[in-house]
Amino acid sequence: MDQDNHNSMEPAGRAVPHLYWRLFASFFKIGAFTFGGGWAMISIIEREVVDKNGWIERDDFLDLLAVAQSLPGILAVNIATAVGEKLKGVKGSAVAALGTILPSFLIILAIAIFLTPDVIKGNKVISSIFMGIRPAVVALIVAPVISSAKAAKIGLKTVWIPLIVALMISLDLGAVSNPILYIFLGAVGGYLYFRWSRRKLAERKEEDK
Amino acid sequence: MGFYLKLIWAYIKIGIFGFGGGYAMLSLVEKAVVGPGWISEQMFTDIVAISQMTPGPIGINSATYIGYAAPGTVDPALASPLWGILGSVLATLAVTLPSFFLVLYASQFIRRHHESGVIKGIFSGLRPVVVGLIASAAIMLMNVANFNPNHIGWQLGVNIAISVVAFCLVFFPIPWKGKRIKLHPILVITLAGIAGYLIYGL
Repeated sequence: MDQDNHNSMEPAGRAVPHLYWRLFASFFKIGAFTFGGGWAMISIIEREVVDKNGWIERDDFLDLLAVAQSLPGILAVNIATAVGEKLKGVKGSAVAALGTILPSFLIILAIAIFLTPDVIKGNKVISSIFMGIRPAVVALIVAPVISSAKAAKIGLKTVWIPLIVALMISLDLGAVSNPILYIFLGAVGGYLYFRWSRRKLAERKEEDK
Repeated sequence: MGFYLKLIWAYIKIGIFGFGGGYAMLSLVEKAVVGPGWISEQMFTDIVAISQMTPGPIGINSATYIGYAAPGTVDPALASPLWGILGSVLATLAVTLPSFFLVLYASQFIRRHHESGVIKGIFSGLRPVVVGLIASAAIMLMNVANFNPNHIGWQLGVNIAISVVAFCLVFFPIPWKGKRIKLHPILVITLAGIAGYLIYGL
């Protein structure tokens, strides 16, 4: 990675460990106090990284966001990795990513140790609470289907894609129900559509001449 | 030991192909862990609920929880907290490491090329698929285990009602002090838990 990119906000030497520590502490705080995952985290990360600490310019942050959400994986961790990389290279990205992961890991581990499947089944109060929660969780996943369809500008011409994907995956037919297959097909299909529409455009330009 | 290799491999795949955020990732996770019987359907739904109610990304939360619970479910010999902690460390690392390296090495490339038609074309194809992935996660959770585990008619009715009300509460803004607000999912899960206790627990 090129060195110019890691704009050193601190003078070299003794101040360096300090920045690592602040980077870790910032992302630890973000991981520990934001509910609702990636999208809810973005504004908080922006406040920490751009406004409070001045580590990154706002324009650069938006570019970095575009990269982080284009790649697979967990959005918050991707953003942390990219911010850390911009500030301090590979070590910075490791520190920032670890800071984001650690709070959820520790909290969930503490819960998982006590709330095992047997405890949920065996305790009447807990099992009745979860009986009410389960149908609500399903509804909470239906809501983002609609909002993501709006964001992806799904119209009459494209609505067949999510319909077929959802149907095939939930039918559970073995290999053809593998979500990875449809991610792959989507990427290839998008690429081919791009080439086709570019050729159409070129042909039309030819005709105009 | 073989199980841990399977766990790592499953989560590396989830990390590599998990486009579109936590909810889209859920359908990959469900295929990988409920399919081979590492976790029951009900436990999976419970883990999703707990992941939503605790801070942090849902992908990390569910990897940590499933990594902890799965070894003991698959093999009773692995049912101790230490084997569980090993599973949760491995699953969490496996789901984050692929994208960690991708972001490190590809961020510069995409930063230079994200205006390019090829990249734009690929993502225009991925977007509708991601919508379908989220929908499939919702459809797969609409099952007997979550809605009618005891096979009692009135309970099915009550659970469908809870689901419909929960959807309306998060989806439609309700007027409050002159503003229109949407209820936070954590609040909706809490209300559903209270309803569950009042209906089934007393």
